[in-house]
Amino acid sequence: MAKISLTVNGKKVSAEVEGRTLLVQVLREKLGMTGTHVGCDTSQCGACVVHVDGKSVKSCTMLAAQADGTSVTTIEGLANGNELHPMQAAFKEHHGLQCGFCTPGMVMSAIELAKRNSNPSEHDVREWLEGNICRCTGYHNIVKAVQAGAQAMAAAK
Amino acid sequence: MAIDGIGAAVRRKEDYRFLTGQGNYTDDISRPNQVHAYFVRAQTAHAKIVRIDTAKAKAAEGVVAVFTGPDMAADAIGGLPCGWLVKNKDGSPMQEPAHPVLALERVRHVGDPIAVVVAETLSQAKDAAELLDIELADLPAVVGLVDALKPGAPAVHAGGNLCFDWHIGDADQVAAAFKNAYKVAKIDLVNNRLIANPMEPRAAVGEYDRATGEYTLFTTSQNPHVIRLLMGAFVLHIPESRLRVVAPDVGGGFGSKIYHYAEEAFVTWAAPKVGRPVKWTAERGESFMSDAQGRDHVTHAELALDKNGKFLALKVNTIANMGAYLSTFAPAIPTYLYATLLAGVYTTPAIYAEVKAVFTNTVPVDAYRGAGRPEAAFLIERIVDIAAAEMGMDRVEIRKRNFIPTNAFPYQTPVALQYDSGDYFATLEGAMKAIDYAGFEARRAAAKKHGKLRGIGISTYVEACGIAPSNIAGALGARAGLYECANVRVHPTGSVTLFTGCHSHGQGHETTYAQLIAERLGIGLDQIEVSHGDTNKIPFGMGTYGSRSLAVGGTAVVKALDKIVDKAKKIAAHLLEAAEADIEFKDGKFTVAGTDKSKSFGEIALTAYVPHNYPLETLEPGLDETAFYDPKNFTFPGGAHICEVEIDPQTGVVKVVDFAACDDVGRVVNPMIVEGQVHGGLAQGIGQALMEECVYDDKGQLRSGSFMDYTMPRADDLPSFKVSTAITLCTHNPLGVKGVGEVGAIGSPPAVINAVVDALKDYGVRHIDMPATPQKIWAIVNGGHRMAAE
Repeated sequence: MAKISLTVNGKKVSAEVEGRTLLVQVLREKLGMTGTHVGCDTSQCGACVVHVDGKSVKSCTMLAAQADGTSVTTIEGLANGNELHPMQAAFKEHHGLQCGFCTPGMVMSAIELAKRNSNPSEHDVREWLEGNICRCTGYHNIVKAVQAGAQAMAAAK
Repeated sequence: MAIDGIGAAVRRKEDYRFLTGQGNYTDDISRPNQVHAYFVRAQTAHAKIVRIDTAKAKAAEGVVAVFTGPDMAADAIGGLPCGWLVKNKDGSPMQEPAHPVLALERVRHVGDPIAVVVAETLSQAKDAAELLDIELADLPAVVGLVDALKPGAPAVHAGGNLCFDWHIGDADQVAAAFKNAYKVAKIDLVNNRLIANPMEPRAAVGEYDRATGEYTLFTTSQNPHVIRLLMGAFVLHIPESRLRVVAPDVGGGFGSKIYHYAEEAFVTWAAPKVGRPVKWTAERGESFMSDAQGRDHVTHAELALDKNGKFLALKVNTIANMGAYLSTFAPAIPTYLYATLLAGVYTTPAIYAEVKAVFTNTVPVDAYRGAGRPEAAFLIERIVDIAAAEMGMDRVEIRKRNFIPTNAFPYQTPVALQYDSGDYFATLEGAMKAIDYAGFEARRAAAKKHGKLRGIGISTYVEACGIAPSNIAGALGARAGLYECANVRVHPTGSVTLFTGCHSHGQGHETTYAQLIAERLGIGLDQIEVSHGDTNKIPFGMGTYGSRSLAVGGTAVVKALDKIVDKAKKIAAHLLEAAEADIEFKDGKFTVAGTDKSKSFGEIALTAYVPHNYPLETLEPGLDETAFYDPKNFTFPGGAHICEVEIDPQTGVVKVVDFAACDDVGRVVNPMIVEGQVHGGLAQGIGQALMEECVYDDKGQLRSGSFMDYTMPRADDLPSFKVSTAITLCTHNPLGVKGVGEVGAIGSPPAVINAVVDALKDYGVRHIDMPATPQKIWAIVNGGHRMAAE
């Protein structure tokens, strides 16, 4: 067991972890932050995407020990009080979610795209989301939501 | 209409919690002092269990207990029950072999649970599982459903591999019609086996309260009351009064979370054994080998035509795979949800279908989005295209010539169902317009210049949903009723909670049902909460599947609202000193007709709970009404899907370049949600047509056992969709609703394959089995088409 310290959604936390413990396990099981989901065991589905030092990362594919000293943002850390982040608001407005299970990963992944490209084309969005699987929406409304969310983020700057 | 009532594209009430990470899925639930269960599963498809030595595992660090099949058998725990009895042609019952919760003596498919390690942590449970000493003696396995019926095939169960041999329709009438046929179109096809793969893997937490004797099961279910009934009555023998089943937020189901699964029974049984809550969550790999799978038919069909291209008769012979055991509703899928739809949208006067269901050493098969109806639509719409080719007729023309005329409803098909309403011409026209069908040949020519092969394919389909009239279902073998229940509870200050027996796992019920209530009671959506998924809160319910939540569950809501309004009128009449018959209720106000005397809905609610001035001698206080609604008929959504594909002959990759769906789903309550449902169904249908396939090797090893091997449609595999509706109202429910959950998955696969075949018409292709992978297409284009197609 080793002790790691990191910042999660602006708050300093520490946890005792085994060498094999994954970042997502720390978030869900040690910190009780269950907004980040696990949808597969092969790093394919993207339900577990969080930001580590500002970059989107599949938290099922990063050892907790690797996250020592980093700053992590999860879906729980996006909204400002009751006010949704522009990307969250766009997902609601464009019905970019149904069961909600892939949604946290989709939103976190989409935010990094929006930071890189404030006006992504449909093609850009579809390519970028290759690593996030949704079984409910057929992606149609997710694409619309991400485009609108990216524009809203740019406008809010 | 209320602002947020029927027809409004209201943004969803449930989204805030999902978007902020505050959804409450089963794996998010941790109970104090809980332990973790890890299931040890068969890694071979068929074997005798020679010996299981648990001693070392039991001694491992953190291990609380290890259980095997005999431990459960010693408690007289029942097997997992099947909820539908199908009879053979001769009237005898189907073969219904036992399905033990944990394997006894034999394992029959990869993933069959053999033992469970319960430990303080999941890691400890997994580590200890490595110490189990399990000796299995491999037996020959049968995997393919055609092989299962061959003489000498390894027997999955003592009674052999035939589950049932069933039929429907008039064989003599069909034979006579074929004698007079001008042409006969024939097809042999496979409907590929699929895996539902909702993004949330299944999970269960079992808990037992020694003080009250109450069991609680949190589970990823589409129908918690059904699980309570099946598990309580047949498996664990716990009275409903002491068994609470909670299906909290559920991350998609698509059918796979209807059934009662071994893990649910195990954690509930084990909780008092170990004296602590027991939690299990599937890894995705476990989902692949333990969630019920879908489809898996092999079919031969023939369609007889007269010289004008009118369909005279259809005969169908299907073998359907049940897998190793009967899942909860498995026998109903390839029979009553499949063969009864073989008329499709056409006036085919004579139909005869034979269906043999077989056991194989594979994961059990049951309903997956559409369930039987996609198999019927695929067969019909493929053979109609083949018939058009045989006749030298246009594919649109042959369909229109055989459509059930719009003025012919109600229409009795030769395979039991009576369609209440529909307009197949309107939906076809809608889809053709949306995709610019008339302009297709120009696009084909343009693509050809760039070395690409373009094709267009049509599918016109109907389905039966709103499952189901209980008396009909019962006569056909259902062992349950299929009504739905709604409890509308008006609170003293006029806010409302709906308790519904349906369950939302993506469908947006919290919004759609609230719209029904807002419309009827004239109150704001923020005054309405929808509660589902907890058997301790909801009076009863049959759950959500078969596109039933609005047609059946929504009608129950309407019926409960009727009772609320009736009672509220009585209270209003008393307060307003008027006759009940003179009270009008509109926009949330009770008014004495022809006067300006009125009371608001909130005032009536308060009076009901503070009955100081109240007709107590004739009316009970309170405003809380429950309705059970049993549908009079199925509903019949239908429509037209048109797919345009472009094939790169260099790579064999099929790109869906455009897709238009025009569906008749009955009245639309929330168009935004309806479109979303269609989008999702289309993605699954296109997935089936082009990508998805559950593959076993000849020993029964699951080769498509992860997202790295099973091709899930991703964002860059799909286009944006052109979705529209052209509705007719359902005639037998008060909302006129039909259902939308499954239309996308039912209508789209044949549209895609018809388009692929059209694109490849110069290569002499008549049919391609799904999925139309680049490998198959490349082989056809590059001369190896005998490998991949007829």
